[in-house]
Amino acid sequence: MSKDAADKKNIEDAEIIISKTLRAGVAISATITCVGLVLFILTGDSGYPGETFPTSVREIIKGLVVFKPYAVMLSGLLILMLTPVLRVGVSIVTFIKEKDYMYASITVTVFLILIISFLLGRG
Amino acid sequence: MISITVEILLISVFAGFIGSLLGLGGGIIITPALTLYLGIDIKYAIGASIVSVIATSSGSAIAYLKDKITNVRAGMFLEIATTTGALTGAFLAGVISTKYLYLTFGFLLLYSAGNMFRKRNQELPQEFPANPLAEKLKLNGSYCDRALAQQVDYHVTGIYSGFGMMYIAGVISGLLGIGSGIFKVMAMDSFMKLPMKVSTATSNFMIGVTAAASAGIYLSRGSIDPKIAAPVALGVLFGAGVGTKLMQRLKSTTLRLIFIPVLLYVSIEMIVKGVRL
Repeated sequence: MSKDAADKKNIEDAEIIISKTLRAGVAISATITCVGLVLFILTGDSGYPGETFPTSVREIIKGLVVFKPYAVMLSGLLILMLTPVLRVGVSIVTFIKEKDYMYASITVTVFLILIISFLLGRG
Repeated sequence: MISITVEILLISVFAGFIGSLLGLGGGIIITPALTLYLGIDIKYAIGASIVSVIATSSGSAIAYLKDKITNVRAGMFLEIATTTGALTGAFLAGVISTKYLYLTFGFLLLYSAGNMFRKRNQELPQEFPANPLAEKLKLNGSYCDRALAQQVDYHVTGIYSGFGMMYIAGVISGLLGIGSGIFKVMAMDSFMKLPMKVSTATSNFMIGVTAAASAGIYLSRGSIDPKIAAPVALGVLFGAGVGTKLMQRLKSTTLRLIFIPVLLYVSIEMIVKGVRL
């Protein structure tokens, strides 16, 4: 196989892996969110007093364990929010596997900047 | 309760549909619809629009990646510019007058709407000399266009200006908190001469990554109200699924015709905001 053809095949493989990871993440997230929403509508109870809802990962997990509708919905949303991060992570791994170090380092840079902005946002 | 949930779902299906077609996050539809039509507090509407951006991005990226319309390399490379831009924007908040930002970028969008109108009959970018930097960065690509029923090979140019525009897109989204998707599409379509479909699909791929970085902040601020955000996520995912299927069968010229009024609307809204500030 020529170098160009090998490059092309590598890109295609990477894209398929990224798309599969995304699909799984999105399907799991949508199912969980949907279960929570249906539970909330059927019982009419959010599991939390008044208009309040959990605002941290720890609270969400605590509520999820006892199956509180809002916590279930937020768990699904949390997984959705993580799908893009997962996508970047999977890309790094696939680029390294394909020995495309230029794009592996570009993606690592993006990942680092994302983490920095996430940490700055919390401060 | 059920009726509001259904209304949010329907709005979100529409937002996801338009967002996946045009490479935008759908925030330009979700935010006004939730606040003006349903009377939801802007705080929760913004949280819902962040969820909408991520849902549009992840929902449509599945199909676009599979069909190789997304240029992953270009997306990752340009993501460096948007993320550093967003960081700069966060630091510049309070230093730069938002009034002039709204005005400047409102007019820039107006100009690019005109630019796009002139290109309205152009299905694919015209030929131009190969760009050595694009070769080196392996940015040139090809995708299967179902509307034209052919494999489209394309080259990328204007790397520096496109990268610069992406940086600015990041700064604006960091400062004004508004959809950087529209600027991303503009940078790829006008500066880098990517085919329209590749521009919108790649923009879609990128916006989710940028939005995810700020999602944690919105969660801890209490902006992600589950009874609003959950139907938004489900509706947008569904709408994006339908939109991606349709987009592959649409001609780029049709996509442009849908894009131009959206561009006009956003630019006028920004200019009006700038004048009022």
